[in-house]
Amino acid sequence: MKADPAGVLTGVHYLDGDYACGEGAMAAGCRFVAGYPITPSTEVVERISRRFPMMGGTFIQMEDELASMAAVAGAAWTGTKCMTVTSGPGFSLMMENIGLATMMEAPCVVVNVQRGGPSTGLPTMVGQADMMQARWGSHGDYELIALSPQSPQEAFDLTIEAFNLAETWRVPVMFMMDECVGHMTEKVVIPPADQIEIVPRKLTSKPPGEYKPYEVNGRPVPEMVRAGDGYRFHTTGLTHDERGYPVMSVECQEVSVRRLIDKIRLNADQIVRYEEEDVDGAEVVVVAYGITARVTRAGIDLARAQGVKVGFLRLVVVWPFPERRIRELAGKVKAFVVPEINYGQMVLEVERCAGGKAPAVLVPHGGGGVHDPRAICQAIVEAAR
Amino acid sequence: MSTEVETPVRPEEHPIAPYLRMDRMPHIWCPTCGIGTVVKCFATALGEAGVDLDKTAIVSGIGCTGRVAGYMNLDAFHATHGRAIPFATGLKLGRPELEVVVFSGDGDLSGIGGNHFIHAARRNMDLLVILVNNFIYGMTGGQNAPTTPETARSSTMPFGNFERPFNLPHLAASCGATFVSRWTCLHIRRLTACIRTALGRKGFRFIEVIAPCSTLYARLNRLGSGLALMKFYHDNSEIKHGADTREVDIGFQERFICGNFIDQERPTFLDMMHAHYSQVLGDRYVPMKPEGGWLHD
Repeated sequence: MKADPAGVLTGVHYLDGDYACGEGAMAAGCRFVAGYPITPSTEVVERISRRFPMMGGTFIQMEDELASMAAVAGAAWTGTKCMTVTSGPGFSLMMENIGLATMMEAPCVVVNVQRGGPSTGLPTMVGQADMMQARWGSHGDYELIALSPQSPQEAFDLTIEAFNLAETWRVPVMFMMDECVGHMTEKVVIPPADQIEIVPRKLTSKPPGEYKPYEVNGRPVPEMVRAGDGYRFHTTGLTHDERGYPVMSVECQEVSVRRLIDKIRLNADQIVRYEEEDVDGAEVVVVAYGITARVTRAGIDLARAQGVKVGFLRLVVVWPFPERRIRELAGKVKAFVVPEINYGQMVLEVERCAGGKAPAVLVPHGGGGVHDPRAICQAIVEAAR
Repeated sequence: MSTEVETPVRPEEHPIAPYLRMDRMPHIWCPTCGIGTVVKCFATALGEAGVDLDKTAIVSGIGCTGRVAGYMNLDAFHATHGRAIPFATGLKLGRPELEVVVFSGDGDLSGIGGNHFIHAARRNMDLLVILVNNFIYGMTGGQNAPTTPETARSSTMPFGNFERPFNLPHLAASCGATFVSRWTCLHIRRLTACIRTALGRKGFRFIEVIAPCSTLYARLNRLGSGLALMKFYHDNSEIKHGADTREVDIGFQERFICGNFIDQERPTFLDMMHAHYSQVLGDRYVPMKPEGGWLHD
C-alpha cells in the first residue's frame, strides 16, 4: 500500500541523517516513538516530537532506555507502527526488551546512531563497534535484521525499508547508523506519498476463537492481531506454543526457537541486500558499510591509480549477512579488505564465509573519526600482492 | 476435623470462569498462596464494573504474581522482569481506547521496576496497577525484597533483614498517583469493591494487596501455614480510609493500616497532552485516533 500523506514531507531538503531518519519513520507510518535522550541520536526524536502532533503520532520521553524499548514492544501489539532511537549505552540497556520483541515477534524499529565505545566512550564522535551487539546483544538464540545507511538520503529510504522488513518478518529491525551519517547534512529527496510503498500489518482473517497467535501453517511468520480487537490472545517472553502459552519442554523449545531462527535464516535471500561495484575480475574486494563505505571509495580510487583491480561490496542489510555471495567471491579473489570503525567485527563474518579460500584483511579504526583513505589503499595494495 | 466437601460446581461453571483461561488451569501457585484470591477479586470486579473485556488488556512482569496475566481471559502480556509498566504504557499510547491493567508483584514493580513505577505515577499514566505484596521474592526462592520488613528473614538475609523497606502507598502517593489503596487478600468484598471503583477512575491507580507467601516467607519466618498468615494479616490490619500515607509503614508481624487512602481526579498524561497541544497548536493538532495511529484508514 501507499504511505499516509500526513507523514510525508515531499520535496527536496537539506537534512542531516538523524532528521532524515526521523522523516523516514514518519513516512513509513510510524506513529509511536518512545525514547530517551542520548547523543548523537537525539535529533531523530527531536524531529519527530516536533512533527508528530500534526499527524496523529505520540512521542513519549521515557525514564530510560529499558522503558523505551519495553514501551515499543508493547505498542507493537496495538497495530500502531513504532520505533525507539538511541546510541551505544542506551542500546546496551535495550537488549533486554529487544529479546522480548524477538521472542514475542513484535514488529518494531530500533535506531542506533553509533558512537565510540566501550561504555560512555566518545559521545559526540563516530563508531561502528555495535555491529555484533546488534546481532548477538540479547541473550539466547535468535535472528533479526539490521541495516546500515551510508548517507542522509539512505537514512530516509532505508528507515522506510526497516519498517517494511519489521512487518514482513515480525522482528525488531536494528537501524545501525553511525554518528557521521547521523550528523552529516546533504540533499534528501522525499518523494510523494503515492510513490512510497508501505507494508501494512498483516492481520489475521480468522475470527476470535479460531485464531492462535503463533500458528504458522507452514509459513515462516504467524499472522498478527491487535490488542483490543476481541481476540483475547496471550503472549509471553517464555518459550511458548502456538497458543502463546508457556511450555517448558525440550520439544517446544526446539519448535519455537527453531522457527525464530529459520524464519530469517531460511529466507535470508529475500532479506539480504548489498551493492557491488566492479567486482567481476577484481583481485581484491573491499567490504564496508555506513560512513566507512564512502571513505572506502576514496581508498579504492587511490589503489586503482596504482593499477590494482579492486571491487567493492557495500553492505546495505548487514544482518542477515550475505554469506553466499562472500562464499562465491572467495573463490575468485586474492583477498577481502574490510575497513570498519572498530577492531574487527564484520570482518569476522567475511572471514567465516570465505572459509579459508581468501584472507579477510581488517583495516581497523578505534573510533572518533573515519579512516584515512590511504590506509585503506595500502591494505588493498598489500592484499593484491 | 476435616470433612469431605462436594465440589459445588464444575470448574467451568465457576462464576469467574469466563474471566479466566480455563485451559491453563491448574495454576502454578502454592496451596494457601494469597495471589489466587486477588485474582478472584479482580475477575469479580471486572464483571461488576461492566468494563468492555475486549478493550481491556493486562500486563504482568516476572514472578509469582507475574503469572496472573497469563491466566486472565483478556489480551494478556507476560513481559520482562520489571517492565510491565512501560510495556503497558506502550499499549495505552499505541491504542488510547484500551483499559490497561498492570498486575504484578512487589519485587517486580518496586524493585527492578521501581524507576518505571515512580515515573508512570508522576506522569499520571492511565494505568490500573495491582501489586501483590508478599514481602519476598517467591518464585526465585525467598530472597530479600524492597518490601521485606525489618528483621524478617529471607533466604538472602538469613539473619534478618536490616534494610528499610518501601512504604508503597506513600511512594505512589508522593509521585502523584490519583488512587491509592491497600487491602489484604482476605478482604474479599472490600478489595473487590476497591478494584471495581478503581476501574471506573482514570490516571495512575495503585492498589497494594498484602498476601502470604506460604512456601517461603511463612516458612523462613516460622509464621505457620499460609492460611494462618492470611488470617493474621487480615486480623491485624486496621481500616483507616483517607489515612496519611506517611503513616502506613509495615513492620514485621505488626499491626498495619489498610483502606482507601487517596481517590482524587487529576488529568492523565493523555489529557494533559491533548489539552496542551490543543492550546498551543490549535487546529493544527491532530490527536491519535482512539484505535491507534494511522491504521491505513
